Amino acid sequence: MDINVPQQVVNAIGLGSVYSLFALGYALVFSVLGVLNLAHSAVFMWGAFIGLITVTELDQPLWVSLPVAMVVTGVFGIILERIAFAPLRRRGAPRISQLISSIGASIFLVSLAQLVFGSQPQRFPIGLIPTDPIPGLPFRVTPIQVVILVVALLLMALLQFLVMRTRLGQRMRAVAFNQRTASLLGINVSSIYLLTFFMAGALAGAAGVLYGLAFSSITPFIGEPIALKGLTVIVLGGLGNIQGALIGGFVVAGLEVFSIAAGGSNYRDAIVFSLLFLILLVRPQGLIGQRDQSRA
Amino acid sequence: MNKLFLRVLSAMLVLVLVVPGSLLAQDEMAQMGDDIVEACPAPQNLPDTVTIGALFTLSGGASVFGQVQQLGVELAVEEINAAEYLGQGRVLEVIFEDSASDNTQAINAMVKLVEEDRVTAVLGPTLSREAFSADPVAQDAGTPVMGVSNTATGITDMGEFVFRNSLPESAVIPGTVAQAAEILGINSAAIIYANDDDFTVSGFDVFEQTFADLGIEVVGVETYATGDVDFNTQLTNIISANPDLIAISALAVEAVQIILQAQSLGYEGALMGGNGLNSPAVLEQTGDASEGLIVGAAWNVAADNPLSVAFIDAYEAANDLLPDQFAAQAYTGAWLMATAIRCADSVDGAAVRDALAGITDFDTPLGLFSFDEDRNPVHDPVAQVNRGGAFAVLTAEMMDDEG
Repeated sequence: MDINVPQQVVNAIGLGSVYSLFALGYALVFSVLGVLNLAHSAVFMWGAFIGLITVTELDQPLWVSLPVAMVVTGVFGIILERIAFAPLRRRGAPRISQLISSIGASIFLVSLAQLVFGSQPQRFPIGLIPTDPIPGLPFRVTPIQVVILVVALLLMALLQFLVMRTRLGQRMRAVAFNQRTASLLGINVSSIYLLTFFMAGALAGAAGVLYGLAFSSITPFIGEPIALKGLTVIVLGGLGNIQGALIGGFVVAGLEVFSIAAGGSNYRDAIVFSLLFLILLVRPQGLIGQRDQSRA
Repeated sequence: MNKLFLRVLSAMLVLVLVVPGSLLAQDEMAQMGDDIVEACPAPQNLPDTVTIGALFTLSGGASVFGQVQQLGVELAVEEINAAEYLGQGRVLEVIFEDSASDNTQAINAMVKLVEEDRVTAVLGPTLSREAFSADPVAQDAGTPVMGVSNTATGITDMGEFVFRNSLPESAVIPGTVAQAAEILGINSAAIIYANDDDFTVSGFDVFEQTFADLGIEVVGVETYATGDVDFNTQLTNIISANPDLIAISALAVEAVQIILQAQSLGYEGALMGGNGLNSPAVLEQTGDASEGLIVGAAWNVAADNPLSVAFIDAYEAANDLLPDQFAAQAYTGAWLMATAIRCADSVDGAAVRDALAGITDFDTPLGLFSFDEDRNPVHDPVAQVNRGGAFAVLTAEMMDDEG
């Protein structure tokens, strides 16, 4: 079979930018708290819906939907931390309890979305998103695909800058390294947690809006498949590693796209998840991950 | 005395035979049952009231189908009684029962119709799964039952009293592909389908078989999983192979994504879908991306067969809305059942069953209608094409018009 390589690369990059952005929030919470937030995919789904209703119900221009969704899902993140994580942490509950608590939060958020939005897929109105490709290129790429990539890369760069180059990021890393020591050094740990959850929520919301724009099919269940892909991405990139999540997103998307392109559409998910299994087995710190101690 | 009696009787016979005929003759509109008047004279031995049951989903998730089915049956019964189709002064009565989109409810309602009301025959149930639950009750009692919307494989395997007049997908697709191939000149095709759903997999099998039978080369086959939203990769593969036609065996939700993404990847060839795409919602949500989409159906509101036109007029006059395929099939089902009762001249289940099974080339809104030896329907499907957001009937002239 002839594989249209340039076009498939475009497809992989489009998918990869959403995966990476989604996985960043996952990685951020993991790096600071050492806990997987499995409600992340539900926040992502809410982001897609909030982006949609900003446009369809509130009659705002398309670009407004991104910041609106990010702020709202950021607040979702804060509520999540306050209700599902903080009480458990205060009681010194083991990390597995926080993980299970986040599963509960996820089920609640999905059910709530079903109640509010129904389970029929909803779409951005036809004609709102230009579908004509950019002319003069050897492959088909629509303006919105370019916007998605640029927004995703910008947000990733912003996050990287925030964590690595600012005082705030320094405090976050200190908390990630050792919560007790950080608090002894005068860092307000609980506000750092809130901030982390806000940022992770906002990233999930942004990924949700971009996903809604890219694929234009929004249901309360869109989080489920991407949650598993996101998990693969952060394991691949080294749990809690920000650059790792970024690169991992594109690797997983590329693998998915080219396994289909090579005629293996039946085995697509088998290939991706075999990789997850293999990495956990052979290189648990991830392909580009560091040892646990130097995390964050 | 005896002779006089015979004479009176024959005079009555003539009257009974001629009167409905002359009534029909006055009517310029095409009339159901005209073509059977001679083969089956007006019945003599029926009771004054012949009762049949109709078991439809009138409430619950699928009630949108059941409600129009009830309207279709009501219209047919009105016409049948007005034309005294079952003989002078004899009335066809229908007992409607609600299966509520629920299998248990369907069984209970079927038991009531068959054992308490002792109906001659039953139309329905609406859903294939309800039919699988409830039809054995009728089969065991020797009561003919006819599905008017069941399309799943194996419905009529439940027994010799189980019929359906709704074309299964395996009958719609081959006819639609053949018509489209002839009109559009299709030589190569690709297929995309969900490989984790019985309905879409069986649709794929039928497409593949049909393409092989018609000598259309299959240049690509791609699969996806139900719930996927990104089909760019599969479609890029398919489009690289440059097929004349992409066949989509999908449910409506994924079909919309596939159609939209095929357009944004620059595909300009023909698109064809299985029954999952036979929905105005698919056209509405895909806009101009689905212009020219071909979907087979048992019936289309734009069909020009005279009985279909007459049915649409009467239905619209009675209900203030246009009929859909479900209404047309239910209407036809009631007429088929009445015809079987008329031809059997009996309300005995076995006699009606035999008469029903013997129906051949009966003129209906669905076209010339017969039952095959497995009590499945035989009639031409309609190849529909999306023209400006609505399904029209695909014709050669339509293609000529566009040059």
